[in-house]
Formats: sequence, structure tokens, C-alpha cells
Amino acid sequence: MPVTTINGHVLWQRRTAAEQWAAWAGWLALAVLFVFCWQVMNKNTMWVFVEDAPRQAADLFARAWPPRWSYLDRLWGPLWDTINIATLGTMLGIVLATPVAFLAARNTTPSAAFIRPAALLVIVASRSINSLIWALLLVAIIGPGLLAGIIAIALRSIGFIGKLLYEAIEEIDETQVEAVSATGASNWQVMDYAVVPQILPAFAGISVFRWDINIRESTILGLVGAGGIGVQLQSSLARLAWAEVTVIFIVILVTVFVSEWVSAKVRAAII
Amino acid sequence: MLRVESLTKTYATGDKALNGVSFDVPPGEVVGLIGPSGSGKSTLIRGINRLVEPSSGRVLLNDSDITRLGRSELQRARRRMGMIFQEYALVERLTVMENVLSGRLGYVSFWRSLFRRFPQRDVDKAFALLARVGLTEQTDKRASALSGGQRQRVGIARALEQDPELLLVDEPTASLDPKTARQIMRLICEVCREQALPAIISLHDVLLAKMFVDRIIGLRAGEIVFDGPPAKLDTSILTEIYGEEDWTEIHDDGHEEAHAPELSHEERMAGLT
Repeated sequence: MPVTTINGHVLWQRRTAAEQWAAWAGWLALAVLFVFCWQVMNKNTMWVFVEDAPRQAADLFARAWPPRWSYLDRLWGPLWDTINIATLGTMLGIVLATPVAFLAARNTTPSAAFIRPAALLVIVASRSINSLIWALLLVAIIGPGLLAGIIAIALRSIGFIGKLLYEAIEEIDETQVEAVSATGASNWQVMDYAVVPQILPAFAGISVFRWDINIRESTILGLVGAGGIGVQLQSSLARLAWAEVTVIFIVILVTVFVSEWVSAKVRAAII
Repeated sequence: MLRVESLTKTYATGDKALNGVSFDVPPGEVVGLIGPSGSGKSTLIRGINRLVEPSSGRVLLNDSDITRLGRSELQRARRRMGMIFQEYALVERLTVMENVLSGRLGYVSFWRSLFRRFPQRDVDKAFALLARVGLTEQTDKRASALSGGQRQRVGIARALEQDPELLLVDEPTASLDPKTARQIMRLICEVCREQALPAIISLHDVLLAKMFVDRIIGLRAGEIVFDGPPAKLDTSILTEIYGEEDWTEIHDDGHEEAHAPELSHEERMAGLT
């Protein structure tokens, strides 16, 4: 405790002298690290290219502008695919993640010793792999197309939804659970009357939030052949058709904007 | 008829919350359970319906030993014991009606309860109870929309919806203001007398206990140190339950008759520093 007595006065400080020196040492280490990183960055940069950058950027923008609006006609189909990948992938993810979350939550798992670690492993495995990499693997396994995209989105969503949902289950008010079990209700009835009502707002919020993220993620899945607007993006990039790339970017921007608006509205309505 | 025989609870930490507690509750009797915090009031009440698993001893409700029952038998036994909680313990996001009907969960199948298809007589009973506790207007509101006193009334209706043979009541007034506390206590005790329903009510407010119950059990450190009518609760017994204090106000029911031990300022303030 940083309380000291000097000349009969009791003094209080936030930190002891040793803790204060440790804090200063921490800041110093951070400054040293910053200088070191700056040097590494400079060593690997070719400054001729950087000096050239404004001219290159201006050149790129000149070729990308104006957008080739006629290309829009060929984007509606892929855009519809993209939204379907996100929506169906999220739904499949929810269906798979919900039981995993109940198995992973400390207060609802049937076995804390065996089943809970297995469920946590599923969640970590799903979260540790980016959906683009899931899509890469699935295109190799089941071939290119929408199905690979949908399953990639679902597999990545299991971890996200499972983790947030099991944390919500662990945070419920146990006295409500006690009260319902004290009436003589069976385990499934306790689940239905005491657990589910408490996690329902979190469940809906998490699902809509993940759908919103999945709209964004599904726009790039086409880069590896898993369907959606990303396929068009890749072909335009390969042909250096910058005016088409601009149109695709604008379409993605508007879609993401709309999905964020929808998700915010839905979450506000639930909570 | 409830009989508790040398009920003992030792927690995993080694704390002995209950130590050989024995008593009987005849039909229709309302028993008040008093004692300082940590004296085992809640553990005793929860030990009876096994929300807390007793370490040893027996609990006999109409001659069946509750401590020996398996899972599904315990569920059936719990239907006969209504419980009312300190913080109401309503399911906040369900409606008042759903909360009251949850008292019937032990009697209906999972599928009926999932689709909220309760038998009409259960619904009739729920309406009658809501009328009895004065909440007919609130039937369709969410529990979270009610005030503290209204929530506790829902808690009472839920317990009575079970058609219980015994009421277990854990600090029903701890979160309520004095006026609402008295109304809630009056409601619980009236209902018990109407239906000849025995009840065990833990209370931290001795005055409230004296006002409403037929019999008082005093717990200290997990053991019964007093068991008798409220009128017998005098200075020496309160001192035995809670320790030395100025008990004049409580056992004289407010009348001036000061013969309590004179305490110095330091002694009276001891608990505050």
C-alpha cells in the first residue's frame, strides 16, 4: 500500500516509488520500440517508388474516373448472389452455432470436463481461420460457386456467434433459473422459461451483427472463386479495367451502408 | 405437515451454515425465521426444497423424505412447495401471465409449455390469483415493467399457482419500502390463513416478524436458539440471537419503558466503524 508516514503526516500516493519507476521504464521501452520499428520500415522501403506515388495515384484515378455506369447492368446478378451468400451463410451459421454455444456455456453444458472443451475447440477453430481462407479450402474441395461461399461464411460465423452467445448464456441471472426450477419444472422447461428469454435479445443482436459483417466478407469471397460480386472485381482487376472497378466499389459501398442501416434498425428495435 | 430433522449443511469451503436444525411446522402455521446475516436463514429455506443440497439430516413433507429423492422425484416434490424470493426472481422478459403460469410447469408436458398451451383450469386459476393480488390490469405486461411491490405480488401468485402444500419465503420484503413491505407480509399471511397453508418466512426485520407471524424461530450461527410465540421475544432472547444492543423499541412495540442496558456511544456505534 502506498501509504507512508512522514513527520507524523500520513501520505497517500497512487503508486509506490518502485511501481512509479516501473511505469516510467514501460513508457521508455515503448519509445525505444517505436524508434526501432521506424528504422525497420525505412530500411525496406524503396523511396524511388514512394516519391513517384502522387503521380501514380493521380494516373490511377484518371483512368478510374468517370465510372463506366453501363457495367452496372452486369452487376445486379452477382450482387444478388453476394447478399444470398451472406444471408444463407449467416442462417446456417446460426443453426450450427446455437447448440455449440449451449454446450460451451459453463451453466448449461452437460459435461464441463469433456463436452465443454470440445465445444470451445470448435469455436476457436472457426474463429482462427478467416472466411477467405475457408473459401479457398472449400473451392478446392467442392468446386467454385455459391455453395462454397455459403459454407465458408457459415463456418466462420459459428465461432463468432458461438462465442458471443455462450458468453451471454453465462451472464444470465441465475436467480430466475432457480425460481423456475423451484416450481418443479424439468430441465428443458427451465431452458425454455428461464434461460431463453434472458438471452433472446443478445441472440437477435448477435445474429444481425454477424449478417452485417458477412455482407462485407462475402463481397471478397469471389476473389478465390467462391461466387458473388468478388468474381467480377477480380476479372476487372485482371483486365486493368479501372472504370469498372470504381463501379464495383460504389456498389459494395452502398450495399454495406444499407446493411449497416438495417442491422442498426433491427438491433434498436429488439433492445 | 413439514418436519425438519437435524438438518446440517457444510459448504465446500468448510463453513458450517446449518448445524443440526430440527423443528416441525403443523398445517396452517406461519413461522418467521429471524437471525443475523450469515446465520443460515436462506440456507435453511433453500435446504428444504434442495436449491441447496443439505449435507445430512432429513426433510419430511407429509412423510416423504425429500433429501432422498432422485432427480425426477425431486421435481415432483418441488411442485408441492411454492417459493417466494427476496429479489422477486421473476423472469423479467416474460409477461406477468407467463410468470404466473410457470408455477404449473411441473404439471404440464414440455410441448404444452413450449407453445404456452396451458389447460384452461390453470389459466382460470392464474386469473383468479392475479385478481386476488390486485394485478388483473397488468396481466399482459412484461414483468420488468412492474414496480417492486407489484413484482413481489406476481411472485406470490406464481407460488400459489403451484397449489402448494408449503410456502418457502426468503426475505420477501428486503427490497421493498416499509409500507409495501407490510402490505406484502399481510397478503402472504392472509393467503396462508385462508388456505391453511403452512409457511416459513425468513425476515431480517424483527418488528415485521412480530407483527405478522404465529411463531418465531431464531437462528444464530446455524443453530436454533429460540423457538416460540412472538410475545416471548424479549431483550435477553434478542441479545442471544443478535448480540448486545438496545432492544427496547422492538420488544416494547414502541412503548417507552426503558430498562435496556445503558450502552455508551462507542458501543452503540461499534458496528459502524
